[in-house]
Amino acid sequence: MSESPLLQVTGLAAWYGETQALSRIDLEVRRGEVVCLLGRNGAGKTTTLRAIMGLLQRCRGRIEIGGQPALGLPPEVVARLGVAYCPEERGIFASLTVEENLLLPPVLAAGGLSVAELYELFPNLEARRSSGGTKLSGGEQQMLAIARILRTGAKLLLLDEPTEGLAPVIVQAIGRTIVRLRERGFTILMVEQNFRFASRIADRFYIIEEGSVIEHLDRQALEHDHARVESVLGV
Amino acid sequence: MHTPSHTPRRLPAWAIALGVAAALAAPFVAYPVFLMKFLCWALLAASLNLLVGYVGLLSFGHAMFFGSAAYVAAHSLQVWGWDPALALLAGAGAAALIGLVGGALAIRRQGIAFSMITLAIAQLVSFVALRAPFTGGEDGIQNVPRGRFAGLLPLGDDLVLYYLVLAIVGAGFWIVYRTVQSPFGHVLTAIRDNEPRAISLGYRVNRYKLAAYVLSSALAGLAGSLKALVFQIATLTDVSWTTSGEALLMVIVGGLQTLAGPLVGALVVVTMQNQFASFAEVVLLLQGLVFVVVVLVFRRGVVGEWEAWRARRAAGAAATKINPPEGQA
Amino acid sequence: MDHLLGIPPAAIVGQLIVGLINGSFYALLSLGLAIIFGLLHIVNFAHGAQYMLGAFIAWAMLEYLGLGYWWALLIVPLVTAAIGMLIERTMLRRLHGLDPVYALLLTFGLALLLEGAFRLKFGASGQPYASPLSGGITLPFAFLPAYRIWVIVASVAVCVATWWFVERTRFGAYLRAAHENPALVRTFGIRVPLLLTLTYGLGVGLAGLGGVMAAPIYQVSPLMGSNLIVVVFAVVVIGGMGSIVGAIVAGFGLGVIEGLTRLLVPDAAGVVVFVVMLLTLALRPQGLFGRGDL
Repeated sequence: MSESPLLQVTGLAAWYGETQALSRIDLEVRRGEVVCLLGRNGAGKTTTLRAIMGLLQRCRGRIEIGGQPALGLPPEVVARLGVAYCPEERGIFASLTVEENLLLPPVLAAGGLSVAELYELFPNLEARRSSGGTKLSGGEQQMLAIARILRTGAKLLLLDEPTEGLAPVIVQAIGRTIVRLRERGFTILMVEQNFRFASRIADRFYIIEEGSVIEHLDRQALEHDHARVESVLGV
Repeated sequence: MHTPSHTPRRLPAWAIALGVAAALAAPFVAYPVFLMKFLCWALLAASLNLLVGYVGLLSFGHAMFFGSAAYVAAHSLQVWGWDPALALLAGAGAAALIGLVGGALAIRRQGIAFSMITLAIAQLVSFVALRAPFTGGEDGIQNVPRGRFAGLLPLGDDLVLYYLVLAIVGAGFWIVYRTVQSPFGHVLTAIRDNEPRAISLGYRVNRYKLAAYVLSSALAGLAGSLKALVFQIATLTDVSWTTSGEALLMVIVGGLQTLAGPLVGALVVVTMQNQFASFAEVVLLLQGLVFVVVVLVFRRGVVGEWEAWRARRAAGAAATKINPPEGQA
Repeated sequence: MDHLLGIPPAAIVGQLIVGLINGSFYALLSLGLAIIFGLLHIVNFAHGAQYMLGAFIAWAMLEYLGLGYWWALLIVPLVTAAIGMLIERTMLRRLHGLDPVYALLLTFGLALLLEGAFRLKFGASGQPYASPLSGGITLPFAFLPAYRIWVIVASVAVCVATWWFVERTRFGAYLRAAHENPALVRTFGIRVPLLLTLTYGLGVGLAGLGGVMAAPIYQVSPLMGSNLIVVVFAVVVIGGMGSIVGAIVAGFGLGVIEGLTRLLVPDAAGVVVFVVMLLTLALRPQGLFGRGDL
């Protein structure tokens, strides 16, 4: 008998002003899983993450986090349900140093990583701790963006395109980091355009097109159907 | 303020006719001087509304145009004995010149910086008004003669002056109306709604903004010159912060982006000024209160809210028309 | 030396002190404005009126409660900060997503309201407020009143403390981050709306503090705010809107420039700040320490 999922989204629809961005999203993420949202540009993957985080004004449907209804809650309350968000643009603050960026998110629950653990996981951040946040390279900024949300004690991590625009070596490093996070008990819902990367890391996949989930596969099914999925994604 | 622009609704012909009739008959019902004050301030409000509402440029210190024109007009009437027609032109021209120079400086920046620059220039103008010998300092220029307009119309008669002021202010409003409707006006609202897009479409955005700024300053100057003629005085109050604030108040109360808004706003503010003429502090308090209430609750201003209400009613009526009444084929 | 440029040294020192005094208030007030603008993106037109309010509360404390300057110094900023937080929570928050013009107009309206109300009660003339410090330091060619020295020293201290608070503390990091990306900061669990309220309160508290310190020097009058506010706006623009260092440097600097101008070209003293502002906008539009566009 499996326990209830950490994240359950049912019939989610969302609008930016008058424009409908999501028609119907149904997905679930169980504790300890890495789930990936795939889809073409503009399909609604980022919007789905933002809706879960409470960043969208107009939503309908159901979102449950750890069994708690979360639709319509403001972001600071959703954070307290144990969710953390790493946006596509990374959001490193230019007017803060690396260390200030790292220490910015408050610790909301037990179970987060300590600063020492974080520097152990991401050693080049320690070397650059007094630099301005945006003085780092793209890969380092991505590491920082992931690192800082690990302090908060959040168990569900929403990662939006963690490998975008990064060199293959860095992509591998991020892949290893995500695997280690899963080993440590984190649950991850991520958006990825890099199909190859996602297919090696995630347990399950949802394909989103024009604001709705059109397909749901696990890793085996994906490997099996590799070519067809690639063509659906326009890769 | 950056709501998508809408073209002003055409008033039905009967409303226009009624308005004109009322304007012509007004001096027999109310004091002509009060009416003329209302008209001058309405033109000032219209000039500011053009800039703030339709172009999206928040100009502080619009009083610098109003007041400096008043001084120039008053001086040319009194000291040089000019024909009022020329004096009015001189006043408006002086204001336009300040608008050109000041605008060229201010337009280079956007948003709040633009507003701050206009504020600084207004302060400089105030300072000059205080110190320059020809402005008469604290006393201002008094006993300005009214003369004969174009050598013909004796402006000493309040009734004659009223119709002249009515005609000129009417022309001013008509200029604003035509500007907003014209291709030039459409480019201006496009710039206000999405400046980067307008630039990418190839428009020399700063030139359009400057042209609008100069037009607005000229109209405000015209209002100031008329005011000097009507009240036969030009004082420091005309260039002051309070006048600028009242101009903003008129625009907000009446409603940004509406053509009738300035009229309503001017009526409210001028009536308030008259009712509490001897209690300047009460006026200040009331104006502050009106500002706060309007911004919090009636953001679209009187005319704006009325137009929104009419639009809702029209949408409601259209919806019911879809279902034909029963009993019809 | 005996005379510099034909001006007696006593006069130079005198104007320098006056310049630093004025500069102290320019700095304090532009500091508050910069903080408010930096986070809330609102030009707080009510700032001058809130400064005036602070001075009047200090006066009232003395007049009705017998509590003197040092009590006022402690209590008034807290009271004005509380009033500021109330204003933000009940009024400014409603205008949150809209064009910043509306917030500006609201604060403008509040300024008129406050000034009108106080003018109604007290007229346009000032109420005297006794200086808490008497005596001073006698230098060879000038006498430095003790209270004025206190004002300058205290202002510098408050400015430095505020700078340290914003640049070096955790709360300040919240402010700086929320300025850049408020939505993201909320996802970290930080209550940004509360942050906005507290920040506005901080800015208004600084205005109130300025009012208390001004009371013994300038008379406590309903007009004291509006006389000052326009110059303070110019100072903020010169320093760079939203920049704390800019507000401090420009504030003290322009006070001194104004003082020296009064010495050399007395007629120009009233406008030198605006001339400098126009020059700054022409040559370095973002202000001395401003970052990017507004």
